[in-house]
Amino acid sequence: MESLSFFGIWGHAFVRFWPVWLALLMVFVLGRLLRRHLGLFGRLFDSRIGSIGLGLVLFWVFTAIFAETVAPFDPLAQFAELKRALPGAVDSGSGQAFLFGGDNLGRDLFSRMVHGSRFVLLIAPAATLIAYLVGISLGLPAAWYGGRVDDVLMFIANLVLAFPVILLFYLLVTPGIRETAIPNVMAGTFFLFPPGFMLLLFYTRYAPRPLVFWPLALLVLVVGGWLYAGLVFDADPLGLVHLQPNELNIFAAVVAASSPGIFRIVRGLALDIKTRDYVAAGQTRNESPWYLMLWEILPNARGPLIVDACLRIGYTTILLGTLGFFGLGLSPESPDWGSMIDQNRSFLRIVPTIVLPQTIALALLVLGLNLLADGLREESLKD
Amino acid sequence: MLMFILRRMGIMFLTMLVLTFIVFTMVNLEPNLKKLALEQNNTRMSQQDVEVWLEQEGYRRPLLVRYGEWLGKAVTGDFGDSTRFRMPVNEFLPERIGYTGRLMFWVMITMVPVALAVGILAGMREGSRLDRSLSFFSILTSATPEYVSGIIFTVIFASWLGWLKGVTNVENVTFENFALPVMTMAFYGVGYIARMTRASMAEAMTSQYIRTARLKGLSFPAIVIRHALRNALIAPFTVIMLQFPWLLTGVVISEKLFNYKGFGWSLVEAADNNDIDLLLAISLVSVALVIVTQLISDVGYALLNPRIRVR
Repeated sequence: MESLSFFGIWGHAFVRFWPVWLALLMVFVLGRLLRRHLGLFGRLFDSRIGSIGLGLVLFWVFTAIFAETVAPFDPLAQFAELKRALPGAVDSGSGQAFLFGGDNLGRDLFSRMVHGSRFVLLIAPAATLIAYLVGISLGLPAAWYGGRVDDVLMFIANLVLAFPVILLFYLLVTPGIRETAIPNVMAGTFFLFPPGFMLLLFYTRYAPRPLVFWPLALLVLVVGGWLYAGLVFDADPLGLVHLQPNELNIFAAVVAASSPGIFRIVRGLALDIKTRDYVAAGQTRNESPWYLMLWEILPNARGPLIVDACLRIGYTTILLGTLGFFGLGLSPESPDWGSMIDQNRSFLRIVPTIVLPQTIALALLVLGLNLLADGLREESLKD
Repeated sequence: MLMFILRRMGIMFLTMLVLTFIVFTMVNLEPNLKKLALEQNNTRMSQQDVEVWLEQEGYRRPLLVRYGEWLGKAVTGDFGDSTRFRMPVNEFLPERIGYTGRLMFWVMITMVPVALAVGILAGMREGSRLDRSLSFFSILTSATPEYVSGIIFTVIFASWLGWLKGVTNVENVTFENFALPVMTMAFYGVGYIARMTRASMAEAMTSQYIRTARLKGLSFPAIVIRHALRNALIAPFTVIMLQFPWLLTGVVISEKLFNYKGFGWSLVEAADNNDIDLLLAISLVSVALVIVTQLISDVGYALLNPRIRVR
């Protein structure tokens, strides 16, 4: 069988990523030129750690966007003669090479790795965002009112945190659970938070100005209701928004696992910020508690929260990989990195390279997010 | 102090009660009971036989009654029988916990000194080249979950170099087959402890008493060892204690990865086969571990740092 040399493999891989390099180049050139106007994001380009992190994260973001162009093969297509092929083996039919080799069913590992970025980069940031809205909506009142509300919410948060993550996933993400209403009830509860949060946000600020408030509220209700119907009940009238039942299940479980941690961080920050003078000034102006929480405390907590969000997206990526590794909730042929690690590791003895693309891909994305968080922290401390 | 510990113990029992009830409800959901029936008999059993078997074994009685029964027995120390391993949980689980305890012990023995050394070296001269490279190393390790580092280590040390073995065995632990799981777990944890140590070391180095020591003309090593270290190690102590529960996820992954039949492996087996009594006992043990380590870290922190007062 024909095969590419070591340099041939990397040369070809480099060329395949051309749309990604182009996009990265554009972001970095534009970012450097405009960095004075971009605030915190612009200052990232001054920090070496931050730029490396941003580069790694954007690399995978663009790979996910251009996956169809980058990947030479269909991630699910099987080629019988290329089972467990070594890196660089050439498919005689198309003349294209399996750059990183083939898996046990003769699927191209390179294409699967490229397509795997889509699943992670879709679920991880979205789940983190929802978890953040849940954590913020509960953490702020817990810190503000204290007392009984705080005790109850803290108890629930600690309860979830005391639960081993793996056990939680084993109980929550199974085909059996999907026969019951539990994932839908959980997702239904969590997805109530984003529209609720937005409504509260606009209401506290614009309530005296009905001409501004009502259009905004209507917009939130329409968009929120549309997404809600599509995501939770899979009943989107336009047929655009759609989640597989197993994806909804994973989504709900990941949000449930990460929102208590966010709740505790938000609560801690809010406890500190609520003693500041500008909050007291707001109180003497007779502002409502929710206005103070959402428009005075929250914006002033953004620094640590942005850094934590980066770390948490990385942690969610690890969690999604763990789910795949334990074969929970994902279909066996899905090209996500965790399932690929689990399926290929038994052939490690025969072809050691068979496990490397997906493991290194996952590690690079998480490393990028952690470096980005570190860069952001460094730059925001300079204020 | 005593009141503080007593109150925490009360919360701990409440947490355990609520959590076991949640686990109990989840494992007794209809699909899970069916799975159990099929696993216990044969997988091609008819719908009717499943129903008969569930009725016969008493799984059809009200949930609360059965939870009460389990609780009543658990309080006296009887955790029921494992359906997967066909023996009492009390016989099965302690042995497995022992195996995992051995793994955890060696992980701590390797992880803690390395992490403290990395953190102290990085934090004593903040912003130096050494600090930068060590900080990068810590970020790198905390970005590599066990299933990534474990596999990369196996490829390097077992497949290519052939020094170590990729599969371990609980009965016969040797350096060759035990080094990989220990390395894998320690690697992920090092970064976090090292970063905490670095932060608290860097903070200690900027304090007044260090400046005084420097003005007295003490040498740099003497300043670091005699003055900075003592105060800088309080924060990492808490972090190290809080690592124990967090190591639990790592234990499950490494034990599955290297086929080490300890506590984590039992969790996977119990969950896969819906082994009700075993799962309940496992959740009790893990929750107790989390809460007890939290308590120890709080109390220890207060003892180490006289400025902290617990209420």
